Amino acid sequence: MLEIKNLHARSEDTEILRGINLSVAAGEVHAIMGPNGSGKSTLAHVLAGREDYEITEGEVTYDGKDLLDMEIEERAAEGVFLAYQYPVEISGVSNKYFLKAAINSIHKYRDEPVISRKDFVALLKEKLELLGMDKSMMDRSVNEGFSGGEKKRNEILQMAMLEPKLAVLDETDSGLDIDALKIVSEGVNALRSPERAIIVVTHYQRLLEYIVPDKVHVLAGGKIVRSGDKSLALELEDKGYSFLQSGAETVAAG
Amino acid sequence: MIATQSDAYQESFAAFQADQSATSPAWLNEARQTAWDRFLERGLPTRRDEDWRFTPVASLAGRNYRNVQSLSLASDTVETLLQRAKLDDDFHRLVFVNGHYVEGASSHQDLPEGVVVENLASSIREGRDLAEQLLTQPVGKEESAFTDLNTAFASDGAVIDVADGVTLDRPVHLIFLSVEDGPTACHPRNLIRLGNGSSATVVESYHGRDGDGYFTNAVTQIELAEQANLDHHKLQHEQRDSLHIASSHIDQKEHSRFCSHYFSFGAELARNELNCILDGEEIVSTLNGLYMPTGEQLMDCRTRIDHAKPNCNTYELYKGILDDRARGVFNGKIFVHQDAQKTDAKQSNQALLLSDDAVVNTKPQLEIYADDVKCTHGATIGELDEQALYYLRSRGIPESLARKMLIFAFANDVVQGVEVPAVVQHLEAILLSSHGLPDV
Ligand SMILES: Nc1ncnc2c1ncn2[C@@H]1O[C@H](COP(=O)(O)OP(=O)(O)O)[C@@H](O)[C@H]1O
Ligand SMILES: [Mg+2]
Repeated sequence: MLEIKNLHARSEDTEILRGINLSVAAGEVHAIMGPNGSGKSTLAHVLAGREDYEITEGEVTYDGKDLLDMEIEERAAEGVFLAYQYPVEISGVSNKYFLKAAINSIHKYRDEPVISRKDFVALLKEKLELLGMDKSMMDRSVNEGFSGGEKKRNEILQMAMLEPKLAVLDETDSGLDIDALKIVSEGVNALRSPERAIIVVTHYQRLLEYIVPDKVHVLAGGKIVRSGDKSLALELEDKGYSFLQSGAETVAAG
Repeated sequence: MIATQSDAYQESFAAFQADQSATSPAWLNEARQTAWDRFLERGLPTRRDEDWRFTPVASLAGRNYRNVQSLSLASDTVETLLQRAKLDDDFHRLVFVNGHYVEGASSHQDLPEGVVVENLASSIREGRDLAEQLLTQPVGKEESAFTDLNTAFASDGAVIDVADGVTLDRPVHLIFLSVEDGPTACHPRNLIRLGNGSSATVVESYHGRDGDGYFTNAVTQIELAEQANLDHHKLQHEQRDSLHIASSHIDQKEHSRFCSHYFSFGAELARNELNCILDGEEIVSTLNGLYMPTGEQLMDCRTRIDHAKPNCNTYELYKGILDDRARGVFNGKIFVHQDAQKTDAKQSNQALLLSDDAVVNTKPQLEIYADDVKCTHGATIGELDEQALYYLRSRGIPESLARKMLIFAFANDVVQGVEVPAVVQHLEAILLSSHGLPDV
């Protein structure tokens, strides 16, 4: 579903991604771990289409199409979703209007009929319950005055409403207590299906106990330096990221 | 130079006097003449005048405008503009065409006992005290060229006089239309007086026909007695080649409440001044404004609040959305006089620049002579939030809709501050058609 080849990205003078290779098949869940500043969020935003980065080399194929050639909204309409590490507050736009605008924009892009008010309300109710969120939050401005945990839930709510094909979750676990973590994980697991792929970016192996990945990658210095199965996450938890130095050299040498 | 520009009005004034002096009371002829003499002496403001530094008005105001003495009543145009201006058929409605009251276009609902809603020419004819009192006293704290010009040509406008303890049940809608051909000028003079504990809601709308530029020079004088409550709205929709100059002068006594909602969309150059004198304790004044110039429009918003007595609160929120090569000016003066302890004055003005060529000049101006006061002011000038745009687009919302959502969100709190549903709907419809949100 997603094929990243030798991806290099820079912001102004700094090269942040230095040759990422990653292949994710439909139905799979991949975890990307790595120290702070290693480029995890940058990779996530490059996939979503943020215009702050310049792609200097490489390619990204999504569902057989050139992802890097698509507009931001086109990517979303084609089924790419990024749950932000730092969700944006938008004063004066209600969550409800925002969600309905998003759903119907995507429907229009796909030449599907717009969602009726009634269907929208029913769908929203169902997803709010799934994530244990109060419906009063939907009349408030997008993320405005939400706690860190509420913002993260709101990201997963949007994902549940939009039902993407490729979801990238950027540190969705940070700021969540253990109960919230469970609820959010259930929300994510509910979306797992043979047609979908999920990339979970996280710092901690804790989240991976709830969302069990098929593959784990370690990103350091803008490159994937190790890949393995879920046991790699445990190994990292054990030894920390310091053992990566040698690992990085191994990959480079190989 | 200056004298030449004032000359533009010489002929009009002579014709006006010739037409009016025989039928007008002596006090009015005198007030007009005094104002005219002062106008001639002062001349039109230039950019050397600090209050007009960013607003070059002389060339537009110095054109040869014709004062319309009698209406030819091109009724189709009146009807079209009226349809555009109308808000609610239940409102009391006074319609003025090129400065003259038009009975046939107005509509009168039953008024409570003790309320006068009529046109100024009738008030003058009837010899009502309010007209003489307000037309012969200085307008606001000090006269200006345009208030003098207005007084010199004062003949019609709206009069709303509410006796003590009376609540005017429905809004009074004042509609000012410029319809006559050619470059015309009109000088509406509106007088509003609310007695002790009375309350009213007023809406002023300004519209004009396409074609030559015209000039509207309006003055509104407002007197609020103790515990009176006025909700005032102004919807400025003048035609794009016109000049709109207006000032409102509000004198407030103890425990009164004044709320102003100013919305500016039209005119080539629009200048709106609000002068509030808080002459009593426990007064609350709220001044909200939204101005949205595009193209080459220039919109100048001025407010001046004089806190003369202790324990008064004023809240001010002005927002500008500027596109293309539009220019905006915001000048908010707050004077806290020595007596005015425990003053709480908040001022915020925010501008959103949608184009690199749009310019806004803002100047908050606080002068505080009392020591126990709370005054805050903030000014922000920004562009659309790129992060927010990205966030919306990354959820599938096309850029054009995402931009509209953010612009609407920016303007919306000023619109939602309005309490008259018909006005809110009117504003939402405008915002929806230009920058607003479609029903998704
Ligand atoms: N827009 C940007 N402009 C400049 N530097 C950036 C930008 N985004 C990220 N960086 C830098 O790139 C590096 C990687 O950041 P990021 O992708 O956020 O890492 P991670 O998510 O792994 O913590 C950091 O050094 C960060 O400061
Ligand atoms: Mg990050």
